[in-house]
Amino acid sequence: MADLLGKDYAPPDVYGKVTGRAKYAEDFRMDGMLFCRLLKSPMPHCRVRGVDASAALAMEGVVAILRADEVPEQAGPANNILTDEPHFVGEPILAVAAVTETIAQNAIEAIVLDLEPLPFCVDPLESLRPDGPNARTDGNTVSSGEVQEHKWTEADFEAAGEGQLPMGEPGAEWSYGDIDAGFAEASIILDETFVTAGTSHHSMEPRTAMAYWENGKCYLHASTQSQSFVHPGIAAYIGIEPENLVYIAEYCGGGFGSKGGPYPLLSIPAHMSRKVQRPVLMRISRAEEYFLGSARPGFQGRIKMGFRDDGRITAVDVYIVQENGPNQGGGDMGAAASAISIVYTPLNMRYRGMSVLTNTPPRGAQRGPGQNQIATAVEPLIDKAAKQLGLDQVAIRHINAPTHDSLYGANRGPITSAYMREALEQGAERFGWEERRARSGQREGSKVRGVGVGQAFHSAGSSGFDGLLVITPEGKLNIHSGVGNLGTYSYATTSRVAAEVLKCRWENCEIVRGDSSRGLPWTLGQFGSNTSFTMTRTNFAAANDAVRKLKEIAARRLGGSATDYDIGNETVFARGNPSRRLTYAQAAQAAIEMGGAYSGHEPPEDINALTRRAVEVVAGTGLVGVARDNLERNGTVPALAAGFVEIELDLETGRIEILDYLGVADCGTVLHPQGLATQIKGGGVMGFGMAVSERHVYDRHWGLPAAVGFYQAKPPSYLDVPSEMDWHAVDQPDPDNPVGSKGIGEPVMGCAGAALLCAISDALGGHYFNRTPVMADMIINVASGRSQSHGPLQVNTQ
Amino acid sequence: MSYVDSSVAAGMTVTPPTTHSSWSRRDFIKGVIASGVSVAGMSYFGAGCTTPLPAQTGGVERLLSLTVNGQVRRVDVLPGETLAMTLRYKLGLTGTKLGCDRAECGACTVLIDDVNHYSCSTLTHRVRDREITTVEGLESPDGTLHPVQQAFIDELGPQCGFCTPGQVMSAVALLRANPNPTRQEAREAMSGNLCRCGAYDHYLNGVMRAASEA
Repeated sequence: MADLLGKDYAPPDVYGKVTGRAKYAEDFRMDGMLFCRLLKSPMPHCRVRGVDASAALAMEGVVAILRADEVPEQAGPANNILTDEPHFVGEPILAVAAVTETIAQNAIEAIVLDLEPLPFCVDPLESLRPDGPNARTDGNTVSSGEVQEHKWTEADFEAAGEGQLPMGEPGAEWSYGDIDAGFAEASIILDETFVTAGTSHHSMEPRTAMAYWENGKCYLHASTQSQSFVHPGIAAYIGIEPENLVYIAEYCGGGFGSKGGPYPLLSIPAHMSRKVQRPVLMRISRAEEYFLGSARPGFQGRIKMGFRDDGRITAVDVYIVQENGPNQGGGDMGAAASAISIVYTPLNMRYRGMSVLTNTPPRGAQRGPGQNQIATAVEPLIDKAAKQLGLDQVAIRHINAPTHDSLYGANRGPITSAYMREALEQGAERFGWEERRARSGQREGSKVRGVGVGQAFHSAGSSGFDGLLVITPEGKLNIHSGVGNLGTYSYATTSRVAAEVLKCRWENCEIVRGDSSRGLPWTLGQFGSNTSFTMTRTNFAAANDAVRKLKEIAARRLGGSATDYDIGNETVFARGNPSRRLTYAQAAQAAIEMGGAYSGHEPPEDINALTRRAVEVVAGTGLVGVARDNLERNGTVPALAAGFVEIELDLETGRIEILDYLGVADCGTVLHPQGLATQIKGGGVMGFGMAVSERHVYDRHWGLPAAVGFYQAKPPSYLDVPSEMDWHAVDQPDPDNPVGSKGIGEPVMGCAGAALLCAISDALGGHYFNRTPVMADMIINVASGRSQSHGPLQVNTQ
Repeated sequence: MSYVDSSVAAGMTVTPPTTHSSWSRRDFIKGVIASGVSVAGMSYFGAGCTTPLPAQTGGVERLLSLTVNGQVRRVDVLPGETLAMTLRYKLGLTGTKLGCDRAECGACTVLIDDVNHYSCSTLTHRVRDREITTVEGLESPDGTLHPVQQAFIDELGPQCGFCTPGQVMSAVALLRANPNPTRQEAREAMSGNLCRCGAYDHYLNGVMRAASEA
């Protein structure tokens, strides 16, 4: 099985991307289409006491206004569609539809709002104080999906040392082993407080959506990473059954976690369209993306780590206060703790966390949610320990790195495979770590060299989803993919598994995707680094179902038993007599004639309802291969990555020049080398942004965001990163995947950000900022012996 | 002190604190709750969330002739209309993308007389006598891709693809001005085009490949 897998190819959608033919949500037009704009909260928390829209409605060209009471109310801390109690600046209060966008916006400006300001919070620790403000009227924290009120005592705050994180009653905790015994065994103990910034996703495509209704069905064009996975949730936001939604999302202009699941905003044009009985396009502006576009939770944390003389970590005690935005938010803090458990395999560990609500953009997953924040916080501390113990930075990571029998997270569950040690060894060799380390600290004028190595993890695979394909009477193989198109090309690469199993020429295959009406199976979303593992399994299962049916059809038509037959050259043939054969085209025609399971009229019992509907769409069109992935999976699937960085740091300007970068992946067997290279390097670029430039900034007095543009929130440009970057893969198969594959998209970001921060510390002779991002002014302050302009626990600062 | 600020389009009653510095945030909230008055600070109007989408102002449309991808196109254009809006919404050329609509990202890059420009920040009325080229105008009549487009496929430049048309146009502009750039020159020439997927290395590989194969 190696005709297609492991080889480069041109994915089918790349042609549309370079020619401009690729259609994203804003590229669709309908006759009579209206434009919709949002009136959004100017305050971080308020109540809408009154809306006077009379002047707006009287304007020529204004068609309708949509209010919160006209759309399904979202329970508890879920993100709202529209609301009369906004919890963040920019939360949509109402929508206006008009014949042009200009008129819609002018109408928005003519609406008079009567707002009652309510208490708000942009710093979690402030909210935890006994008399601190709550972000919501019903509480200030989220635990187990519910809003609660948690306040720490004055004694809790006083017990913390100067600049150290107070640690009151947690909202979540777990532990294993005996941390006291672990610390007793340690030669050195670090106890450090740290801050990681909240960051925007910066997807290049604003989350525009266009909707219309025909014959009781809603047709929606929108931007999501996932296809089938978001379908039921979007239908629920619109208030219809999933079968009455036609969801079209062939291209997604970047998501990075923010478009992995369904989000309420994309239902607004659907509601408006239903109300006015005309197609409605809602464009979202770049500024609006900074309010509505989701964000990574920031951390205020404290970590105590014990090390033996040889560098082995005997105990970890970590406490994370998560800045969670005003709603449900993300599970970053728990994921961060689980990442510690597997990246450093501490002998004993305790995790405590508190997810605090703030009146800042709603939070959600961002590439490596939790795992990547903690990588940037902990990796520099590993170097601090290495320095105190006189150990090499790679060596101290190697001794703590996971192996196949390492255990994961609170439940101490097994993992499927881990090649972090190999990644470190091979990376150090390829990067020339020894030589570069030897010149670290070298100074030329105001510039000094530094090197760093970083590591990161994400769980990278799931199971139990469905695969669907059709061999047509024309002899073509249609592989139906419901995973979505985030831009990694993994939707196409994982589809090649079906072609491999069926021994089909790739030129003879079509990937059917992007439009739910074409019959797309139920699969997990395209997020969580899972596609390469999960979707190779579903396609493997569906293809094997098709192989079985091909052999049974041949036996029925040509005699003998199915076991007498084999496949090759897009035919099914008798092993003893290859001339006794059916082409795939003939077998597909036979399947249609035979009906039942062969033609898709009797699908298997164990598939999802959404897959069942997809099978109904294709039933009778050929030989239908459809199956749930019931293959074994015996643990968490770890994606692991190591990054190596060399920098030149200008001590007078704080400017960081990244001289070289190498990213190394443990992602199982490599399926698509070029695609993997883009993930490793692109993830690296995003990691650099996280490390040294990107952050939320809030005005503490008014609760207003100040980083609401690319030029303020600062994702990296061409000039911020090396013009050439290097990559490598360990390329060892995972035993729980039929083609050896694991995902990788997320840790390749965290390892790069961590490595860069380590290199900055190295260049500064071992100064640890305990904060991301490290901005130029912070570097200058250290280089010139000045104190920093922010306090150790301050968040949302410049 | 209480007054209505005439600049506030949303028409809220405004009660500013006498000086910002004399009010702590908690005092502010307590005051708000105690008084029950409708309060909104001046500061609430710089946040960007109440400002309209830029540039699409009203006025009377005028019929213009534009030369786009070698064809003369007749189109009605508003006085403040941007080239990106004309291309996307009036001429059906949706290959040109709007990523920011305010000259930050480069997704809307087109060529005006062979020089790359942000079409989101170019008024259509100002390019009446110019040659405009969009991503749709690069292929040969027989469908052969421009060398930059082919090189971006060969080097797998795009990831999500949304910034790609702009990247293609900046690369084409560079190679028309400088057919044999160094990698550093290419890096600087392309630096007005953001890519959140971080595909810079692969795009530069594409530019260098196109230069060497042209």
